[in-house]
Amino acid sequence: MAGTFHFDAEDRSNAFITRVESATFGDGRLAGIPLAVKDNISTRGMQTTCGSRILEGYIPPYDAHVVELLREEGAAIVGKTNLDEFGMGTTTENSGFGPTTNPHDPARVPGGSSGGSAAAVAAGMVPMALGTDTGGSIRCPAAFCGIVGLKPTYGRVSRYGLIAYSNSLEQIGPMGRSVADVGTLMEVICRHDARDSTSYDRGYAHAPSGEIRGMTIGIPAEYFGEGVDPAVAECVRDAIATLESAGAIVEECSIPSMEYALAAYYVTCTSEASSNLARFDGVRYGPGVGTKRSWHDEFQEFRGEHFGREVQRRVMLGTFALSAGYYGKYYAKAQVAKENVRRDFLRVLKSVDVIAGPTMPTIAFRFGEKSDPLSMYLSDVLTVPANLAGVPAISVPCGRVEGMPVGLQIIGQHFADEVVVDVAFAFEQEGPA
Amino acid sequence: MKVIIGLEIHCQLNTDTKLFCGCSTDYRDDPPNTHVCPVCLALPGALPRLNTKAVEYALRVAKALNLEVAEECEFSRKNYFYPDLPKGYQITQYDRPLAERGVVEIEADDGTPKEVRITRIHLEEDPGRLVHRSGRDRAGYSLVDYNRSGIPLIEIVTEPDLRSPKEARRFLNKLRNTLEYLEVFDGEREGAIRVDANISLVGHNRVECKNISSYKGVEKALTFEITRQKNQIARGHEITRETRHFNEGRGITMSSRSKEEETDYRYFPEPDLRPLRVRDWLDDITLPELPDARKARFVAQYGISHNHARTLTGDMKLANFYEKVAGDDPVLAATWVADTLLGELNYRDMKIDRVPPAHFADLLALVRVDAITDRSGVDALRTMLDEGAAGEEMELPSAVVDRFGLRKAAGDEFDEVAAQVVEAHPDAVADYHNGKGGALNFLVGQAMRETRGRADARDLGRRIKELLENKEA
Repeated sequence: MAGTFHFDAEDRSNAFITRVESATFGDGRLAGIPLAVKDNISTRGMQTTCGSRILEGYIPPYDAHVVELLREEGAAIVGKTNLDEFGMGTTTENSGFGPTTNPHDPARVPGGSSGGSAAAVAAGMVPMALGTDTGGSIRCPAAFCGIVGLKPTYGRVSRYGLIAYSNSLEQIGPMGRSVADVGTLMEVICRHDARDSTSYDRGYAHAPSGEIRGMTIGIPAEYFGEGVDPAVAECVRDAIATLESAGAIVEECSIPSMEYALAAYYVTCTSEASSNLARFDGVRYGPGVGTKRSWHDEFQEFRGEHFGREVQRRVMLGTFALSAGYYGKYYAKAQVAKENVRRDFLRVLKSVDVIAGPTMPTIAFRFGEKSDPLSMYLSDVLTVPANLAGVPAISVPCGRVEGMPVGLQIIGQHFADEVVVDVAFAFEQEGPA
Repeated sequence: MKVIIGLEIHCQLNTDTKLFCGCSTDYRDDPPNTHVCPVCLALPGALPRLNTKAVEYALRVAKALNLEVAEECEFSRKNYFYPDLPKGYQITQYDRPLAERGVVEIEADDGTPKEVRITRIHLEEDPGRLVHRSGRDRAGYSLVDYNRSGIPLIEIVTEPDLRSPKEARRFLNKLRNTLEYLEVFDGEREGAIRVDANISLVGHNRVECKNISSYKGVEKALTFEITRQKNQIARGHEITRETRHFNEGRGITMSSRSKEEETDYRYFPEPDLRPLRVRDWLDDITLPELPDARKARFVAQYGISHNHARTLTGDMKLANFYEKVAGDDPVLAATWVADTLLGELNYRDMKIDRVPPAHFADLLALVRVDAITDRSGVDALRTMLDEGAAGEEMELPSAVVDRFGLRKAAGDEFDEVAAQVVEAHPDAVADYHNGKGGALNFLVGQAMRETRGRADARDLGRRIKELLENKEA
């Protein structure tokens, strides 16, 4: 079975930052299957940039846990996909290596930050890819590009080797053309790893089942509120009706803490990022430093030169939020809000099996459409709650608006990744392609 | 003027591996950057994994110093930029430390017992090390060695309960000794302990002295600071509240112009590690016999003096050595180890673990059966230690004694020497009979010289006196 995969697919969307012409592979469940890995996941011997010029030329000497697992199962890793720098964005426009375009319409963004992985799958270059999801970075591009993407329960997939953006929120997850493919990839990457102290020993071995009769689906009012495009909302309501006709019971519900979710999310992720990104000082990796200056001047200039604007903005926001005198006002309060969101989800998920709603409030943006950062941040409102709560969430294509794909989001209880996969699978069987 | 001193002590724990990765901690004789991995080099994507042994060691210390161990403790990130800190933050503990509120008993300057309160103990990682070339080799750059990066440290913070540099030194000695008894610390490793000292004169501002890396240094730095601060006050200057660095080589403290007081470390809980329920571990922590208990036992079990017991238990290796050689005559052994051997070792800058206990027991046996005089015993010991210091194999003291003929003069030889001396010094004999007391001492001295110390002075005195008395008769 083992052999070499020749990767000659044309990359019209700029989905890849690094790609190989041929990849050797071994035996296993994924033998010979070309797989793309988001470029914030460490791959031994293959450049890993995080979409940032600050890591240009960095070749990790070790594999991330998930990459080890892919190789063990014989996958042919054909390249590293584009992303918003360090995962900071919703469009993949913030990459140091140019934007990725949406295979359905090159004038539109693929979503982000795992836009490269989504575009590579949507364009048919690879059947599956790994993404990462800190506040929607798997689900958003999955929705915009019309593919399936799962953000697993926090702690279910090891983060070892994932270049941290916001440690307490992010998870590596599978993206693919079908729910079955996403399930297969989840089975491979969900394996306990002692090197990640936040990972649980809860493996995933599950063949998707379309049987959802009697299952209760909660529809939070907040997921159809202000800012959600009515056409998108209608498309998603139709999808929920499809689930209902397949035997599921639909119930209205409410998650009041969602009002604070975005603020809690942005304070938490920028705070953690400001600390995580401190290591990029030009001493051990990244582009060489030319002129000799004092270290203090040098690292400041190095960071100013090689970090993009959005990264600098978030590092400054996070530094501010953690500063003496502001910590209590921002970081500490965000943690309280985060806990409230978690409790709200736990409460609602006691009376329903899953929550359903749109993945994104709109279809994919046109390039440049979200030019001011705040309106961009607002578009994450439906995806960040699952990260704050740590619960699993999947996006599955559920129709089109203006010719562009729309994603149905299904959110489950902690460790009920299997359940959200089943509901997505049921919809995939029943719903419109 | 009353002096107020508080200490922050960083000690490297002697675990086999680093605090958050599997790299070996035994790096001191190895080339730079050979004990490193993605975690301690802070390669992107690497995550910390807590070494539970280090937690166990820290808990031993907390228990021994009578601290209250937290139900649950937490790691935090201390953020600052420095090239020896690869992650740009240090993983330490901030508002939820491992243990708080303990107490250590030491002797105050007046010899009375005194309690020093411990504020807290927490675990943290050591940064790497910068290597600067200085002098003629001064380069336009510095080098970084990450071998030390991630070595487990405990930071022990005291309340400002110390009142003199000597007290501070005694506290540190007690602490070091206790940590060694707990087998969590090797004080002989270079850089294993680093101290920051807060010092003030009552009614004046406090100064922090950083960067003190030896026990002697602490006493020196504090003594210097007290003099400096007193002089300032005498000249009518107020003490500036500041951080000063101790220059070990010059024995002085210097103002560090950095604006450290303005540093904002932006502490927040480390999201890559879970909070730790340490109280649950405590039941599994058993403590060995500690210095104070061992001292009391030495007095009771071996019948040795309080002073000897204190000296012997003041260093775990010394106490272990003593217990190996105490044998049938623990009082004799205590005298020889505490009074004689220690001095000879210090003179040669040798450590107790260089002395084979069997060799020393052999020496004690010779002394005990009166086969050699104390003086010959010391000679044999010195010969043996000199051999050791020169890197040669140490001879057994009995072999040294035989080689140099140091066995006590006895029988015919002894009588002969006494007779010879009396014969050779008629003037002294006459003086003796004329009642000059010094004459006998002179004759004994001559006889000692003849035997080169192999005879017991008291025995010789008795024999010579006999001869003199007989002569008159």
